[in-house]
Amino acid sequence: MAAPKRGRSASAQSKPGRSLALILIAIVALTGGMFLSGNTTPRLGIDLAGGTSITLKAKADQGSAVNKANMDTAVDIMNRRVNGLGVSEAEVQTQGNDNIIVNIPKGTNSKEAQQQVGTTAKLYFRPVLASEPSGTATSSPSPSASSSGSSSPKPGASASPSASTSSKEKASGSSSGSPTATATSQGRAVTDALKAGSTPSPSTSGSGSAKPSATPSASAGGASADAAKLRAQYAALDCTKPAERAKVGGAAKPGDPTVACGQIRGSWYKYVLGPAAVDGTEVKKAQAVFDTQGASGWQVQMTFSSSGSKKFADITGQLAKNQQPQNEFGIVLDGEVVSSPYVQNAITGGQAEISGSFTQQDAQSLANMLSYGALPLSFQEQSVTTVTAALGGEQLHAGLLAGAIGLALVVLYLVVYYRGLSLVAMASLLVSAILTYVIMSLLGPAIGFALNLPAVCGAIVAIGITADSFIVYFERIRDEIREGRTLRPAVERAWPRARRTILVSDFVSFLAAAVLFIVTVGKVQGFAFTLGLTTVLDVVVVFLFTKPLMTLLARRPFFANGHKWSGLDPKSLGAKAPLRRTRRPAGPAAGPVDPKEA
Amino acid sequence: MSKLGNLGARLHRGEISYDFVGKRKIWYGVSILITITAIVGLAVRGLNMSIDFQGGAVFTTPTKMSASVTQAETYAHDASGQEAVVQKLGNGSLRIQIAGIDTNKADQIKQKLADDLKINPDKLAADLVGPSWGQQIADKAWEGLAIFMVLVVIYLAIAFEWRMAIAALVALIHDITITTGIYALVGFEVSPGTVIGLLTILGYSLYDTVVVFDSLKEQTKDITKQTRFTYSEIANRSINGTLVRSINTTVVALLPVAGLLFIGGGFLGAGTLNDISLSLFVGLAAGAYSSIFIATPLVADLKEREPAMKALTKRVLAKRAQAAAEDELAADRAGDVDDSSDDTAAAVVGPRNQPASRSRGRGGRPSGKRR
Repeated sequence: MAAPKRGRSASAQSKPGRSLALILIAIVALTGGMFLSGNTTPRLGIDLAGGTSITLKAKADQGSAVNKANMDTAVDIMNRRVNGLGVSEAEVQTQGNDNIIVNIPKGTNSKEAQQQVGTTAKLYFRPVLASEPSGTATSSPSPSASSSGSSSPKPGASASPSASTSSKEKASGSSSGSPTATATSQGRAVTDALKAGSTPSPSTSGSGSAKPSATPSASAGGASADAAKLRAQYAALDCTKPAERAKVGGAAKPGDPTVACGQIRGSWYKYVLGPAAVDGTEVKKAQAVFDTQGASGWQVQMTFSSSGSKKFADITGQLAKNQQPQNEFGIVLDGEVVSSPYVQNAITGGQAEISGSFTQQDAQSLANMLSYGALPLSFQEQSVTTVTAALGGEQLHAGLLAGAIGLALVVLYLVVYYRGLSLVAMASLLVSAILTYVIMSLLGPAIGFALNLPAVCGAIVAIGITADSFIVYFERIRDEIREGRTLRPAVERAWPRARRTILVSDFVSFLAAAVLFIVTVGKVQGFAFTLGLTTVLDVVVVFLFTKPLMTLLARRPFFANGHKWSGLDPKSLGAKAPLRRTRRPAGPAAGPVDPKEA
Repeated sequence: MSKLGNLGARLHRGEISYDFVGKRKIWYGVSILITITAIVGLAVRGLNMSIDFQGGAVFTTPTKMSASVTQAETYAHDASGQEAVVQKLGNGSLRIQIAGIDTNKADQIKQKLADDLKINPDKLAADLVGPSWGQQIADKAWEGLAIFMVLVVIYLAIAFEWRMAIAALVALIHDITITTGIYALVGFEVSPGTVIGLLTILGYSLYDTVVVFDSLKEQTKDITKQTRFTYSEIANRSINGTLVRSINTTVVALLPVAGLLFIGGGFLGAGTLNDISLSLFVGLAAGAYSSIFIATPLVADLKEREPAMKALTKRVLAKRAQAAAEDELAADRAGDVDDSSDDTAAAVVGPRNQPASRSRGRGGRPSGKRR
């Protein structure tokens, strides 16, 4: 009781108007921002809006670490996968140390997404046995992409097969079937350079060469039945159709030949691919670099591990002997050909580069994919939740109803117990509610916050936390009045002590929320976030709103004179000062009776 | 003003008070009994872990269903080959739980179930979990609990003192044990939602405790400079002084949770809302109890072991003995027994005033004597 006296002199308390103006401005600004940004409602989580939420847990393969970098890479891949499905607004995010949550809104093919997302990302280098533009050229910008047409459907894009030392940009000219036919337009000094045709070259002869059996390296699998099957599959494949794309590739075993699709600069190509020659995990590093000397622009440099470079030397040595397109190898990520560079010479040094007329973005994305392929993580599905929109809406309604009723009960209790003071509490709760709502709405686009069911719970529970602070303060004020003070000094004297209690206990609440948020996963996080947010807001509201408002109201005669309904009536609070005069009726008479009631 | 307001006033003045600290042995006993019951309950009955912990699927149908519960059970059994638990929810939809199926198989089952129930598979909400998911949540929860406990003990030790930190920790463990014990005894289902609720109790259980400790710290600031009260008596005053606050904060915290539990949960039947609010409800009540009956008496216990406090207690008792002797003497002489016994009694309960220098304590009494 001795210490906090000097708190009274703090400047903030003598100017209640300033704090109130400050919080008013903040509310107006935030609300304005909310309307300006057009996000007037909080983004709803999958469990409320309907949709599918998949939780995946990373498992370290072969002792490699589950670390942040690997997780981020995995998120990138999964993003690419779900976006490849044409899913819009699907979100993929890490949670905790080793979990990835994939949220797919309603109305998309969640089953497909579920299948795709959980499978291990694998990158292989497979020899190309045959390839050709696929489909009815619906999306292909160049009609020339017919089987016998020019090798590069896209003018600038394609570097078609070229000699190892040269990266040739072939405009459109290479004749089909000529392995090294293309003139090398750029002499390059890098002997082990791997020149990329980022466009696959058209098949040498329609589907003719497509027979795996005909290819030198196809002997691995051998069985002709398989070959025939593969051939049929290849012939039927139409890569422009997403459904067909989804069917091929992914499930292929690395040791078997397979068919696959690849999209090169907007056009789809189909491939027959031999068994995987090099595993993506054998790429030690891949990066996009700008070639300042060779003038070939952006290119991707790869470094292989020692076993990888040996295998790579073998395969490139073999491929270099072949004819187009069988001198290409497909870089296959998740069953999709992301690039099919051709090879001129065996590349032995463990270093290779892929060039073509890459844009910076292309080069970086290919480099990323090559790095992805080395991703050591595989994932296990932990939970899959599909919520229909109807059910989610119902849950939200129930939650909101519960919140409203809870709030009403709290208000009722406050009114009964605190009378006039409850107006302050209600106003503060209102300010809290507005701030919470606005900030939640703004956090949707800002940090991807989505209001899920546990978060709704958190917000409801927070009503209690917020009301607790007022109770602490109000009880302090009442104690001061009981000591015989008049309201204005009571309000000021009570504040420093209440303030400390509020801060200490709110800090404990915040600590709990923060630990929960950091440590836990999934649903728990939304809850913890809301709890932490509302705890912080509680402090803000109590400091900038409740206290200044009390200071102002203490000047009003209604409160200052202790009106019966103000909740601060000294007489009914049993204050000391008036006690001396009015003791007889109040004191002994009530004394012995009430304890039994209480 | 309400009765509670009067109560608050009299508690404040020390006109009435309950000797929480003095009767602590009783409450320790009660708590130990509850805790033992909880532990026995846990050991014997175990927790009713939800599907999230064993792996399985929960399907929720749309509200307008023609199929009955028994029919749905048959369908679910047919589709999965496992026994299914089917409940009808408040809003008329069916909740079908099938344990022990993994996420790979679940898709098929969902399809078949939707066919049997004659609904669009898209309308069938599904919650499929692998067996390790709940375990992972639980593991994380333990991890969070441990980290929180360490941090909070450090914080409370700095903000208050280590004895209070220890007492708060004991109270916290007490709350968690009781809450899980109740879950075991009643057989409520433990889902990840429950775990969330349990973790939230962390912050909440400590809220009341911190409020009492804050008052205690304030009141015991100059404790060694006075000889009127022992530490335990002041601790008891702190509890009584903050009692109304504790009751109010607990009631106010429980109201929204009750709303969540009875309205939110009742409307939708079992679900996340219900799981969270149920464990919150139980935990909050336990937390309020422990802050009053366990945490503060424990601090007093620990504190009384301190040499300085022992000395103080000795001084206070000596002074009281002296005063009593004087009173007796005075009583012998004047026969004014009534007044003096009143005086002693008031001192024991710890009357209306702050300790030491600020004491205006004499204020009330002379007027009484003047009577």
